[in-house]
Amino acid sequence: MNTNSNSYTIIYAAVMVVIVAFLLAFVNSSLRDTQTKNIELDTKKQILASLGIRGIADAEAEYNKVVKAHMLVQADGSLQTYDDTKGFVTNFERDYKENQNNHLFVCEVDGTTKYVIPVYGVGLWGSIWGYVALNDDKTTIYGTYFAHASETPGLGAEIAGEKFQSAFKNKKVLKGDSIAIGVEKRVQPEDVPYQVDGISGSTITSKGVDAMLKQSMSGYNQFLISQQ
Amino acid sequence: MGQLFSAKNKDVLASPIGINNPVTVQVLGICSALAVTAKLEPAVVMGLSVTIITAFSNVVISLIRKTIPNRIRIIVQLVVVAALVTIVSELLKAFAYDVSVQLSVYIGLIITNCILMGRLEAFAMSNGPWESCLDGIGNGLGYAKILVLVAFFRELLGSGSLFGFNILNYDALKEMGYMNNGLMLMPPMALIIVACLIWYQRAKHKELQED
Repeated sequence: MNTNSNSYTIIYAAVMVVIVAFLLAFVNSSLRDTQTKNIELDTKKQILASLGIRGIADAEAEYNKVVKAHMLVQADGSLQTYDDTKGFVTNFERDYKENQNNHLFVCEVDGTTKYVIPVYGVGLWGSIWGYVALNDDKTTIYGTYFAHASETPGLGAEIAGEKFQSAFKNKKVLKGDSIAIGVEKRVQPEDVPYQVDGISGSTITSKGVDAMLKQSMSGYNQFLISQQ
Repeated sequence: MGQLFSAKNKDVLASPIGINNPVTVQVLGICSALAVTAKLEPAVVMGLSVTIITAFSNVVISLIRKTIPNRIRIIVQLVVVAALVTIVSELLKAFAYDVSVQLSVYIGLIITNCILMGRLEAFAMSNGPWESCLDGIGNGLGYAKILVLVAFFRELLGSGSLFGFNILNYDALKEMGYMNNGLMLMPPMALIIVACLIWYQRAKHKELQED
């Protein structure tokens, strides 16, 4: 057979593409359930990490022990229990865009209540996200966790390091009635209670974290200032 | 069986691990050697992934080599490699999620790894499936060997640990003035270590030296 003829080449390419497409679709659909479970478990691990619970073997059991309630924050600041039958949300950004849901995890660590808020935004190269854990006064930060899709290793990627994350501890979220927590290149003395030093060499990622915190948490403003 | 491991086949398997190493002699696959060698664990996983994918894609291309239209052979090779990489990536996401998170950026790099295309073009297109499989494994392991060597030095000297286990971070050492070298974690040091390996290999094997 002449493998150099035009018709042979075109048919060969078409058949190859169809076979490969079927193969990939098959692999994807047969593995999807396992993958979803992994992503859910990973999300739970990240929520626990924001509470300072890291590197544990059985994250599922620990999550069930620590997280007391999964709530949605309403526009007036009141809380409504999240309907579990809709499945565990792993993409909080999409859920906000599609359903205007502001998720809140009410947790208990060492006998005191903590609130975990998911945050999401963009860094230099791709998406960044994280979780902010607040003390029961709803204004001071108990712990944070940040992760990124593709920030520069050694620079922007440092937001995933514990050094950057622990700098948020005991910072105040609210200044007056508005969200003040953020990241700044040079923190002014009067801003020290609210601001964290940015990472040198990664201005855009630091700004991304700053915008992410302010934007994502603004939906929780009413809840944070309500005294209950 | 004797045929399967003839002297020629043994050479096909062994030479890329030693004298004809794809990284230090052919200088292929350098960019991923920079990216994944700050720690040993991703280096090992990357080395194994590349070995598996090079072997499989070599076999697949070798099996269909007589049917491939010459004018679109590079496209066919790319499609085979990309399909295999996607499948491996899906499998990792399902069964080794933590590893897949760590490798997410680099797994795409496998597709563009020049070792893969190089072996497909230079070997699999003109040799049988068994020899191609050996060639793929040999080149993959040769690549893995360099990655692991580089990662060993970078993690040991940069972070003071190996596979995440503490080796050098002790107060007694710190009092004597020892410090982890943060520069080792930066990409340029990977190149410098690779260069040292090349230096060592060429000094040992005179036939590799150029004028």
